[in-house]
Amino acid sequence: MAFTLFRNVIQAQPLFLYPSALLRRKNGVLYCTMKGTSQSQTQTATEERQQQKSPQKVKVPPQKQMREVSKIAADYEAVIGIETHVQLSTLTKAFCSCPYSYGAQPNTCICPVCMGLPGALPVLNSKVIECAVKLALALNCKLSFSSKFDRKQYFYPDLPKGYQISQFDIPIATGGSIDLDLPLEFGGGHRRFGITRIHMEEDAGKLMHSGNGSCSLVDLNRAGVPLLEIVSEPDMRTGIEASEYAAELQRVVRYLGVGNGNMQEGSLRCDVNVSVRPIGQAEFGTKVEIKNLNSFSSINRAIDFEISRQVNLHNQGQQDSIVQETRLWEEGAQKTVTMRKKEGLADYRYFPEPDLPEVILTKDYVDSVGKSLPELPEAKRRRYEEMGLSMQDVLFLANDITVADFFDATIQKGADVKLAANWIMGDIAAYMKNEKLSIIDIKLVPHELAELIASIKSGTISGKIGKEILFELLAKGGTVKGLIEEKDLVQASYCFSLLNLINLLILLEFVECCLIRIAYVITDLGDIEKMVDKVIAENPKQLEQYRSGKTKLQGYFAGQVMKASKGKANPGVLNKVLVEKLNAKV
Amino acid sequence: MLSTLHSPRSLSRFPLHLTSSVKPRAASASSASSLSDYPPPPLPAAQSPGGAPASQILTVRRSLLSGSVTATQLAESYLSRLRLTEPQLNSFIHVSDSVLKSAQEIDDKIAKGGGEALGPLAGVMVGVKDNICTADMPSTGGSRILENYRPPFDATAVKRLKEKGGIVVGKTNLDEFGMGSTTEGSGFQVTANPWDLGRVPGGSSGGSASAVSARQCVVSLGSDTGGSVRQPASFCGVVGLKPTYGRVSRFGLMAYASSLDVIGCLGTSVADVGIFLNAISGHDKFDATSSKQSLFTSINLLESKPLSGLKVGLIRETLDDGVDSGVKSAINAAVLHMQELGCIVNEVSLPSFSLGLPAYYILASSESSSNLSRYDGVRYGKQTVSDELNALYANSRASGFGPEVKMRILMGTYALSAGYYDAYYKRAQQVRTLIRESFKTALETNDILISPAAPSVAYKMGMLVVSYYS
Repeated sequence: MAFTLFRNVIQAQPLFLYPSALLRRKNGVLYCTMKGTSQSQTQTATEERQQQKSPQKVKVPPQKQMREVSKIAADYEAVIGIETHVQLSTLTKAFCSCPYSYGAQPNTCICPVCMGLPGALPVLNSKVIECAVKLALALNCKLSFSSKFDRKQYFYPDLPKGYQISQFDIPIATGGSIDLDLPLEFGGGHRRFGITRIHMEEDAGKLMHSGNGSCSLVDLNRAGVPLLEIVSEPDMRTGIEASEYAAELQRVVRYLGVGNGNMQEGSLRCDVNVSVRPIGQAEFGTKVEIKNLNSFSSINRAIDFEISRQVNLHNQGQQDSIVQETRLWEEGAQKTVTMRKKEGLADYRYFPEPDLPEVILTKDYVDSVGKSLPELPEAKRRRYEEMGLSMQDVLFLANDITVADFFDATIQKGADVKLAANWIMGDIAAYMKNEKLSIIDIKLVPHELAELIASIKSGTISGKIGKEILFELLAKGGTVKGLIEEKDLVQASYCFSLLNLINLLILLEFVECCLIRIAYVITDLGDIEKMVDKVIAENPKQLEQYRSGKTKLQGYFAGQVMKASKGKANPGVLNKVLVEKLNAKV
Repeated sequence: MLSTLHSPRSLSRFPLHLTSSVKPRAASASSASSLSDYPPPPLPAAQSPGGAPASQILTVRRSLLSGSVTATQLAESYLSRLRLTEPQLNSFIHVSDSVLKSAQEIDDKIAKGGGEALGPLAGVMVGVKDNICTADMPSTGGSRILENYRPPFDATAVKRLKEKGGIVVGKTNLDEFGMGSTTEGSGFQVTANPWDLGRVPGGSSGGSASAVSARQCVVSLGSDTGGSVRQPASFCGVVGLKPTYGRVSRFGLMAYASSLDVIGCLGTSVADVGIFLNAISGHDKFDATSSKQSLFTSINLLESKPLSGLKVGLIRETLDDGVDSGVKSAINAAVLHMQELGCIVNEVSLPSFSLGLPAYYILASSESSSNLSRYDGVRYGKQTVSDELNALYANSRASGFGPEVKMRILMGTYALSAGYYDAYYKRAQQVRTLIRESFKTALETNDILISPAAPSVAYKMGMLVVSYYS
């Protein structure tokens, strides 16, 4: 690793404390260049990610992976712990009033404080404490009513002050837990994993290395952005448990609104520690840290790869060659490779940050934050479960807080729980996926979905028309009533017997089985009879075949009648009339 | 306060031949022989009826308001005196080129009849220690590593003094980043003591003390981590005030030891430093450690109060064997004077006092090792071109920092290292708590505590090759 650092700092032009003046300077202030090989031995966790980003995605069938892991599970057990950094979406940075927005022009969200200029001092953004307390309460942690900040010291160009303001021996929260439900395709089941600690700290800037590795640029926009570091207990045993832990943490962060939890942007970063030991052994094996995990599936796959690597070494009697080291996950090659071996522990020379007073929490404050917490994913899942939804439905709906909110709002308007879930998970989800929209972007509002479900349930419109209306609502908005009237979709007469309803339900099943997505509408008996007569009269051949025993042709006739009715015929009535007429003795 | 007074260990390392030949500062205010040829500023020779030197700040104000002198005339006279004395003194690293412009603005205000709305420091020439940031002037902290560095902002103290009409004359010399007690540790120049050009002005605020003493400015800002305002004030025969930690915002003060650093005031009278402190103190949202308690709300700073019945504690440990007899006799004279004025003076013992200096050594060097990490040559300041990152750091810092700074960084880095933290840093913090408690106890039975500001008068230049802490 050979670097050259030189610089185009314009010193003659003083910066001003005022953001407008800073912004005017654009990105002229702070470009550093570095020359050398592509990788540094002293890199911090943050910028490897930038550098190592390998965009290609490799699909690995989960079954194959499961098989490998289960083979291993017979003799060895993996022990996995995770350190997660959550970037907080506070309006301003942790210790200055700079705003931060991902993707902004380099060095436009900076000030003397986050640049580490001489004489600049940090002042804590109280929102950071609020976020930490929220997350700590959500993860059932014990709060330190008196904690402090410490300096973690090391030199690197992305660390302007030469130290990171962090919390060392007294973190703001300790000893919590997180509950999650594993997806059914991975065997399902409920898990509870321990949380060791949560602490507050500031992010470093970013280094951008040039393609040929000849120079590096420093962008300090991210320097000073608040982070919460969450350290888990070594409670996880498989890749899927670890990736679900990370996913649940993301859900909690998003439910609480403390961060966007976006892994691609680096707003949620996971470093995992993996070791294996023979089953029955009490002490842990030598742990290996894995970095560069940009998605939940890479967490899963990297861990399972690392487990098999370590188990193989055990099986070959080479467990001594498992050394404490940091390995990188290579997405392209689907394997972990050595990044750096640890030569003893790095000495960060922590000491209490003298520029910041202690962080004192009062019980009243904690109580008030506690009261403001929303319903958390675990509570939501348990509630949905009690409503009678299947675990698959529960996991889908509770996965995304915006979807869960939409669902909750829909059923609050009186919609049938199962039907609302089906619409959201089926057509609405498909639409969102196609259009690359989130549920808050679509024009459909929960109230209208409830209305739509009610209209179908009450028989005002057929499912088919319901679906047409749904797509109108999704794309353009409006009301169910308005669209029904506008399109003249409502059936004229409402003669409607119990028999019709029963037929309707029977046929519903039938239609779904046949995947004929034509459904149930009510139509005047006389109209349907006329249509049936007409269809029978127009198809004498098929009638003959039917009467000679090819009763499957009933479907054909039903289809023709439905076509003639433009989908408005009540299938129950239709079928009843049809069967009568087809079987009528001539 | 602790270190400059009570440092038998460090003092015993250096032969001191100072006391007999130099008059104690209390002895005379007229013996600035080497500079007496230069005309003083055109102000009435102020002397209050009681004999105490009167406030120059108030004199300036009165003169301006009465029209007997304009701010421009005043500024010109100070500048010409500064130009005449500076070649011998070297108090300033940088002299402002906008002094006359600022003075003219004040005159314009007065001409428009806005005289009464002038700030309390209007027309007052202020020297600012060069480790305090000023947006329109270089701020180097006395270090080559920040040569030609210009901060993008004014320190809060500077901003406040400017808002109140003060005119910054220039940036005064100091021991590099405040680390020293002679000002010989500056990366740029050595400042002389105006009373005897062969002697040091003390440090680290030596430039500020020397400038006030030679009347190159009316008052000046210094910074005090372990005596850096009080000791040079004593050496140069001026009044130095080190306020309580947090009283003045540290925002814009280049950090040396954050938990000890304080911006202080130097002037020629107690009244001046009082008025000056009042102007720059108070809570600052840019410094989380600045105090929210307001000090001066209703007190008339200049109202004289009878001292009768005031309980004064003389700290016994500050007058032990390491202290020059001349200093002792000056203190004794002061005690007698106080008693004449009705004070009740008692000796108090602070047994933990001797622990102060070693604790200070550890804490200040530990914090400085961290605070000076930002001078890495990456974003600003001196950068030595290197073909490798660690070499860039090493070369930039090796060539930018002076020997005293390097020594303290190394000591601090060592004290904070894994395995040594408990024995050094943590223990020093415990000692600090003990000392604070003993001071608290002493202040329960006494209204004020007194001690010499330094155990000796100014040393000859070059005597103190390795400084004791300041």
